[in-house]
This record gives sequence, C-alpha cells and structure tokens, in this order.
Amino acid sequence: MKRMGHFWELGCLAFALLAPLGANAEELLVSAAASLTNAFKQIGATFEQTHPGVKVIFNFAASGPLLQQIAQGAPADVFAAADQESMDKAQQQNLIVADTRANFVANRLVLVTPADSTVPVKALPDLTKREVKRIAIGNPATVPAGRYAKGALEAEQLWEPLTPKFVYADSVRQALAYVARGEAGAGFVYVTDAGIEQDKVKVAAEVPVATPILYPIAQVAASRNAALAREFVAYVLSSAGQKQLAGFGFASPEARYAGSR
Amino acid sequence: MQEAVSLAPLWLTLKVAGIATLIAFLIGVALALLFARVRFAGRDFLDAMLTLPMVLPPTVLGYYLIVLLGRRSVIGQWLEATFDFTFIFTWQGAVIAAAIVALPLVFKSARAAFEGVEPNLENAARVLGSKEPKVFVRVTLPLAMRGILAGTMLAFARAMGEFGATLMIAGNIPGRTQTLSMAVYDAVQAGNDSLANMLVIIISVTCIVILVSSGKLLTPRY
Repeated sequence: MKRMGHFWELGCLAFALLAPLGANAEELLVSAAASLTNAFKQIGATFEQTHPGVKVIFNFAASGPLLQQIAQGAPADVFAAADQESMDKAQQQNLIVADTRANFVANRLVLVTPADSTVPVKALPDLTKREVKRIAIGNPATVPAGRYAKGALEAEQLWEPLTPKFVYADSVRQALAYVARGEAGAGFVYVTDAGIEQDKVKVAAEVPVATPILYPIAQVAASRNAALAREFVAYVLSSAGQKQLAGFGFASPEARYAGSR
Repeated sequence: MQEAVSLAPLWLTLKVAGIATLIAFLIGVALALLFARVRFAGRDFLDAMLTLPMVLPPTVLGYYLIVLLGRRSVIGQWLEATFDFTFIFTWQGAVIAAAIVALPLVFKSARAAFEGVEPNLENAARVLGSKEPKVFVRVTLPLAMRGILAGTMLAFARAMGEFGATLMIAGNIPGRTQTLSMAVYDAVQAGNDSLANMLVIIISVTCIVILVSSGKLLTPRY
C-alpha cells in the first residue's frame, strides 16, 4: 500500500510538470543572436498581438552556442544569427530549411570605451597604449562580434600584440557590460549595442570589417510549428518588422550591400 | 581554440583552489573556534551569514563581489590608486571567489568538530597542569582534526569546481584566469567536443586522485 502511495505522488508530480505543455496554445521558440535582444523582444510582442494564442519565447545567446544547441536537438523553431558562418554550418548540417533563409538586417562593428574614460582612443592602433589595460571582445570561437573584431585586428597586425589585454566575453552583450561597468577600457560591440548603453559607453571608432555584417534568419528544420515559424520569419522581413528593427539602429541588408545573398 | 590541449588551466585551477583553501582554512578554523567557544550577541545570525555562500547562487556572489571590489567600488578604486591592482580579471579575483564559496565548508565542519570534543578530556589536561595553549594544541586540535580535514577537503573540491562567481569577477581569459571548468564551458560552447572530452577526463582523474588520497589521509591509523 505504501508503495502505491508513492506512485500516486509521482503521478501527481508528473502531471503537474507536464500539464502546462498541453494546456497552452502554440509556442514559438526563437533562438536569436544576443545583439537582437531588445529589438526581437519588441518584435515578439507585436507578433503575439497579430497572432492571438501564440506565445513567442526567446533564447538569446551568441550565435555559436545557439548553433550547438540546435545541433543537439534544442526545440527551436526559428534561428536568427549574427553571422553567415553560423548559419552556413547550420545549413551544411541540414538543421535549417534552406529556402527560408534570408538576410534581414545589416550591422556595424564599433570600438567603444566607457563614457567617463579619459584615455584617448580614436582608432584601433590606440589600443596598444599602456592606459588601455583590458579590451573586452567576444570569444572568436563562439561569438560573431569577436570573430569580426579578430579579422579587423589581424588586418592591421594588431591581434598578436593585443592578445594579453583581451578579456573574452560569452556574447557581445557581455563585452558591452564589461565596458559599461568600466572593468574593460575598451571593447568591440555592434553599433546597435552601443546605442543601448548610450549613457555608459561612447563609440570611439568604427571598425572596418572585410565582409559586411549581415544577419541571416531561417526556419529550423526540426520545428514542429513550421508554418508559424515561417510566418515569424516573414514578419521580420516585412516592412513593419524592418521598421521596428530600424528603430533599434539596425540597417536594412539591401540598403548598403545590394546584391548579396 | 584548435591548438593542442594546454595544461595551463589545470595548474591555474590547482593554484587558485590551493590558495583559496588555505585562506578558507585559516579563517574558517579561527572563526569555528570562536563560535564554538564564545557566546556573543548575534552569533546565530553571523553563523547564517557565514553559511550563506553555500546556499546563494554563485551568480549572486559574483554580483556582490563586482559591486564590492569592482573598479567603480570604493575598495576597488582604493586598490587601484594605491597598488595599481584590481581583482577584476585577475587570478587573485578567482581566489577571492573560490575562498568565499569554500569558507562555509571549513567553518561548518570545524565548528561541529570543536563542539564534538569531549570537555572532560580538556579538563583532564588542565587538571594535569597544562596551560590553555597547550591544551588546545595537544588535546583539542588533534581530536577535532579529522572533522577539520574533512571540511578542508570538501572546500578544496568546491574551490576547484567554482564557476559562476569566478567567471563574473575574474573573467574567462585563456592562460590567465581560465580555470578548468571555464575551459570545458568554452570547448562545449564552441562545439569542440574532442577538447571537451580531454578536459573532462583530466578533471575527473584529478578529482579521483584527490579524493582517494585524501580519503587515505583521513582514515584513522590504529
């Protein structure tokens, strides 16, 4: 009898844990690059308004870990990355539906310093100055912003000499936080990130990158809400979605780089 | 991240955990003795405060440390102005984080060990003419030693595995503040499974060696 009682309790527990899954209406899980955090939250809210009963859930992180999660079976419906490389890998592994893939925004990489910084940093070579002790940079292995920054620094032969100063961040937003708190004297973020912490960081220089920074979006192949996922992608690409993204400082992918994929 | 497996994270982890455990040991044992022997106002409250790092999420500790020791904090600014030193993004910061999470383990077990020492044995030594310091060194400490060592061992294990608070205060800088747990995190995030496998094996073997050898150390020899 006692054993039966335990089964009963376990049953209740299982029900309590599983019940919410069935009870709710459709949920859409969007895995999106960390730099999209603020813009996509607003887009998600709008999408929910125009799609009653739909709940949009976001998973924000660097594009590298997002790709790993999807590769390992994370139940994502939409993948929005900050670089082509992550999406290319996803496509090679058939993790996304190729014909839903599209570039939806362009961004620019900038060098930021704390707003109250007294160290004159105007260009990349200034980072070698003694006063700049720590440089926040996304981990190039997983964070697209870090990869772009690495490319730009390598082009000026600055990557090697600056290596001892680097503090690697898990996402571009962590690099931003390091600079905003003044723990790092400079950092590499997108111009859209700098706009979020306007009172705490200032843009010191535009960072020239070899390839334009274009964000791709696609439906995840394993999505169980494929139709809804496509609708979300379509909304992001629509003029209404583009207008919202522009409000957060993102540029249109065609505006500056016509003809790219 | 494709280069050969570097053992730097292992040495750094042992160094950080070793120093952190030493700090936790000295402070933890001293406090345990005080709490076990002296009654004072707010003792229970302070005991709870000292145990807090064991219960609080490491991220909360990390945030406290940033607020307390960061470059914008009073202490942080003083350290930077006086010694040109900062805990942020340095291995010393990792030591602070590890010592704080390790402290409750030493403190709790040492306090229980001191309280478990039979007072009659100490009184016997006193009756036989021993002065207080001698009673402590020759009677109390040997009797409490096993509990203290067990706590210290757990403290070392906890310090070795510290991740959250360390990441927040010391950052993840390869070759400087990247401990083993962070190297594993990095490798997994980047999908570098072969590196992750190597590191996980290194950690597991190291921990087993430590556990077995300290278990031998703690077994009473009659």
